[in-house]
Amino acid sequence: MSAIVQKFVGQSIARKEDARLLSGSGQFVADIKLPGMLHVAFVRSSAAHARIRSIDTSRALACPGVVAILTGEDIRAHLKPIPGMQNKPPRKWREAVEHEIGIPDQPVLALDKVRYVGEAIAVVVAENRYLAEDAAEQVEADLELLAPVTGIDAALEENAPRVHDHLKSNVVAKFRFRKGDFEAALAAGARTIKHQFYNHRYLAMPMECRGVAAQYDARSDSMTVWSATQVVHWVRREVAARLGLPEARVRCVAPDVGGGFGVKGHVYPEDVLIAYLARRLERPVKWVEDRLEHILNSTHARDDRHDAEIAFDSDGRILALRDHFVKDSGAYTPVGIGAPSNTCAHLLGPYHVPNYEAAVTVVVTNKTPNAPYRGSGRPEGVFVMERLMDLVARELDLDPVELRLRNMIPADKMPYSVGIPYRDGIPVVYDSGDYPAAMHKAIDALGGLKKVRDEQSEALRQGRFVGLGVGAYVEGTGAGPFEGATVRIDPCGSIFVATGACDQGQGQKTVFAQIAADEWGVTPDKVTVSISDTAGIALGYGTIASRSAVNSSSAIRQASVVLRKKVFSIAGNLMECAEKDLELRDGKVFVKGIPKMSVSLSDIAAAARPGWDHGRPAGVSAGLEVTEYYEPPTVTWSYAVHAAIVEIDLETGAPVIRQYVVVHDSGILINPALAEGQVLGGVCQGLGGALLEEVVYGEDGQILIGSLMDYLIPTASDMPPTQVAHLESPSPLNELGVKGLGEGGAIAPPVVIANAVCDALRPARFEVFSTPLRRSEILRAMDSLRKP
Amino acid sequence: MTEVRKISLTVNGERYECEVEPRLLLSDFLRENLGLTGTHVGCEHGICGACTILFNGQGTRSCLMFAVQADGARIDTIEGLSKSGVLSRLQELFSKHRALQCGFCTPGMLVVAHDFLQHCPSPSDEEIRQGMSAALCRCTGYRGIVSAVTEASRELRHAGSDEAAGGDAGKARRI
Amino acid sequence: MLLSEALELLAEHGSEAKILAGGQSLVPAMNFRLGRFGVLVDLNRVEELAYIRHEGSELRIGAMTRQREIEVSALVRERVPLLAAATRMVAHLPIRTRGTIGGSLSHADPAAEYPAVVLALEGVLVLQSRKGMRRVPARDFFLGLFTTAVQPDEILVEVQLPVAERGQGFAFDEVSRRQGDFAIVGVAAAITVGGGRISGARLSACGVGEVALRLNAAEGVLIGREPAPDVFQEAASVAAASVEPRSDLHADAEYRRRMVASLVRRVASRAARAAVEEGR
Repeated sequence: MSAIVQKFVGQSIARKEDARLLSGSGQFVADIKLPGMLHVAFVRSSAAHARIRSIDTSRALACPGVVAILTGEDIRAHLKPIPGMQNKPPRKWREAVEHEIGIPDQPVLALDKVRYVGEAIAVVVAENRYLAEDAAEQVEADLELLAPVTGIDAALEENAPRVHDHLKSNVVAKFRFRKGDFEAALAAGARTIKHQFYNHRYLAMPMECRGVAAQYDARSDSMTVWSATQVVHWVRREVAARLGLPEARVRCVAPDVGGGFGVKGHVYPEDVLIAYLARRLERPVKWVEDRLEHILNSTHARDDRHDAEIAFDSDGRILALRDHFVKDSGAYTPVGIGAPSNTCAHLLGPYHVPNYEAAVTVVVTNKTPNAPYRGSGRPEGVFVMERLMDLVARELDLDPVELRLRNMIPADKMPYSVGIPYRDGIPVVYDSGDYPAAMHKAIDALGGLKKVRDEQSEALRQGRFVGLGVGAYVEGTGAGPFEGATVRIDPCGSIFVATGACDQGQGQKTVFAQIAADEWGVTPDKVTVSISDTAGIALGYGTIASRSAVNSSSAIRQASVVLRKKVFSIAGNLMECAEKDLELRDGKVFVKGIPKMSVSLSDIAAAARPGWDHGRPAGVSAGLEVTEYYEPPTVTWSYAVHAAIVEIDLETGAPVIRQYVVVHDSGILINPALAEGQVLGGVCQGLGGALLEEVVYGEDGQILIGSLMDYLIPTASDMPPTQVAHLESPSPLNELGVKGLGEGGAIAPPVVIANAVCDALRPARFEVFSTPLRRSEILRAMDSLRKP
Repeated sequence: MTEVRKISLTVNGERYECEVEPRLLLSDFLRENLGLTGTHVGCEHGICGACTILFNGQGTRSCLMFAVQADGARIDTIEGLSKSGVLSRLQELFSKHRALQCGFCTPGMLVVAHDFLQHCPSPSDEEIRQGMSAALCRCTGYRGIVSAVTEASRELRHAGSDEAAGGDAGKARRI
Repeated sequence: MLLSEALELLAEHGSEAKILAGGQSLVPAMNFRLGRFGVLVDLNRVEELAYIRHEGSELRIGAMTRQREIEVSALVRERVPLLAAATRMVAHLPIRTRGTIGGSLSHADPAAEYPAVVLALEGVLVLQSRKGMRRVPARDFFLGLFTTAVQPDEILVEVQLPVAERGQGFAFDEVSRRQGDFAIVGVAAAITVGGGRISGARLSACGVGEVALRLNAAEGVLIGREPAPDVFQEAASVAAASVEPRSDLHADAEYRRRMVASLVRRVASRAARAAVEEGR
């Protein structure tokens, strides 16, 4: 068989998705209309922590248009809780890592207690949403207020109230990673810097709020669920399990999804409840959250506090790192220890650090549940490490860029074994890359280090504060366990591909069409892609953790390789020649060197059919469809260096980003323009986290944000001039050489801006240990320089 | 509360006579009663801009109006503006410049862009950023959106100056 | 609908009724289900309330005039430049399409720009009820948090603003977290310079407490002095000391105080420079 010619992989072809989205013809969950459809509103707790004494729905039931109102008690016997840890660590991780994990399940509607402001205590089903909300207001909940567990310290207090009464404490998970000997490094006389760092609580805040619609067909006892989700197969699994239906009779589809970023990356109680209601009420049911509900009830992210210590020698070589951190997981933690275990696996970054210890405590509190959001634990660790690097540089009077270069793993040491396990339990090995090259390229893009420092000094002479901030990170991507692909040749010769990935704006249909087009020598418009649909492929995992470019593409390739063998064997039979003499080009199989001798894929599809008059050689089974599963050996390692020039506004204390640069390597890029879009979108979110976004709770446990005017996300005015340069170090771990990249852009910006501001305010010895950055603190730092 | 009012309005060039409850939001009326689901609802507070439509030719948050207020009005939504070709160039430029990913903000973003360029036909770079701050996007990081609107504004400027100069050059140029 | 019909409805429904002007503040509150009203009196139908007229030394603007109209009005730009400048900072264009001057003033959000503008210009608000009309000077109009002098049976129908005089300069600026957001603090300045001295100074601020206010103490510093940097600096410090801002999610009291100082210094100097230009 000849090598596949790459015509479309690597090209920034236009997106298949654009036409319908640009004309308002997309279909999001909120757009779904089914005959007889009912609408849902939830009654939500306004208390952070309370025992439910009673819920009186009688007045509400009398409201116009109400069809049903159910509480946790009403469904207790019918709907079991959602499992507390949907993404369990595999056996290899459990064997490699010292851990204790006891994550509570989440009831579909609050039972006995409410544990966060916004938790659903009753569901109202009515003819329309207006009427449902009217009725929801009439539901009377008698709550006995309990002292709320308001944060990490409160959770860990000696006699703290317990968020979950059946647990011994508010600690739901503990684990530790260790390599080398941190104490020995200290004893050998290394210098150290120790500090506490805090990563604040974030929201993913996609423009589309979550929603679920469900339709039960009594005639066939089957259920269809449309959910704005990133994980249709997880949703299908849970709906089938809870409703006692075989998966074969449950279909989950994610229609157009308006951004996910992780907040739509797990099963929510509503996914199951709406399906249950559709069956119980024998009418289709739809629920779409409004923005306030999204803020209160869709998962929050990050929110951890680190006690970190770094040990180094006088040449600036990092000898050891220790980080004990606590994560505030809110009342439930649907993805368990996913994010904090990422933090541990990513803390060491692109650096050689021989001794390392990380210990994690995950606590529950009376805040909204916490689940992964773009970066999922990596930004948290990168903030700690990259701030520490700048602190070490300051201590040694070294340029922070130079310090990093001294510690970066050089290209000739790749693949580099780090010595700690990844989430999959496999020891971390950085597969390929050139970290120093990325650093040099980033600094060059800003004009070179000398120019930057000269301009900085000149600015300072003028009384202006300009700083350089740098953030380097590695990113494990393309995680398993698997993704499958079905590849089928249609009778007309076009290609059908189905895979378990779920798009939320990435342009997956375009990307996978490019992969398939090259595999089959056709143009992408001849490829039909099915994603986001359990009916397309029975086994799937979904799009989280920057995994689909690697996993789905590799699965498509794998299935295509197998199917091509069959295609060639049938083609050889039709043209009476040996398979080794054949090549695939332009949708046809040719005899090499004889342009007139070819058969089209549609001819081959016809010949492959089962039954009479087929054209298959003996021993070749019927049909032209193959399903293969790509099970990655472990993650691939993307990486990047972000750098920014920031000037402090002397009047307002606002950090003004003059230039932002990303040098990014995620291996072979299937569609460079789409890849760049992911990086830019991630950078924008990261900058939001640095300067604007913050979930705030009051001391009484009440959440203090309720709208997009409270939780500020970047606008077009907030995005600085940004350059993205790509390096392409192919991954040796998959044939395509791709690595993942969906999350990367969001990982570094908070620490880059923090480092830049601290660099600008170096004369004031201003250091940042938490996010978001605060203008008033910056002003005070500048004040300190003006005092006589 | 259950009282209904008759309204009569033009949406995307078509006349409608409907009965609506006074509290029905215009955004819900367009989406549910008329089935024009291209206009999206992201917040219901007027902040995200996804619901922006043209009300008597001007960009307006449909989530902050009641359907009864649209009696006698002329409304254009993304569907109509697409069909009529009013947005074609912006749509092409959005695709060219990668100004969309998930597409949820896109209809509102296009209407905001169109409205902004009507209001400010020769904007500076700063003005474009400010003008496009009227709609939120969480996916793209805005660079593509700003580039698309920048190119559209340049084309408008050339078309305008060609018209002022007396026309033929403008007709030859592809807009 | 006629204004008289609107007034009838208000009188008839009393506390059950709420005026709907632009709706850009009211409807979000209703969508949160925080605002509940039996009857909304929709002034958008009262065409007689939308106009911009120059009469003598005043610009008279109907309360239902859209912010967008004010923004593009040559008359406003030439005659009341302070209003034009502030309007560009009000939210975003699609909000200004519906938002009205009367609605903004009646709602009296402490962070809103228009109250600061009418205070600095010493405008007059014309209120109408079935009983008749009354004219309330701006200084008596803003009473407290979201509270104005408008009585339950009254409608604000017109805003009267003095047109710019020779030798008068204006400036408006605000600090916010993002472009188009509510101001953390905003400052409006109307300065008259004559004979090398500041002969008139009116400064007002929004975002500094429960209501927009005149910065009387700071004005006192400026009157009679040269328009020099140290003078504006002194006025700025006095202004900052004279306010009692509140802390919220977006800025604490101390930060707001500092921004008052920063803005007063910059806005007053700009207005004075404009006054000097104007006087030439």
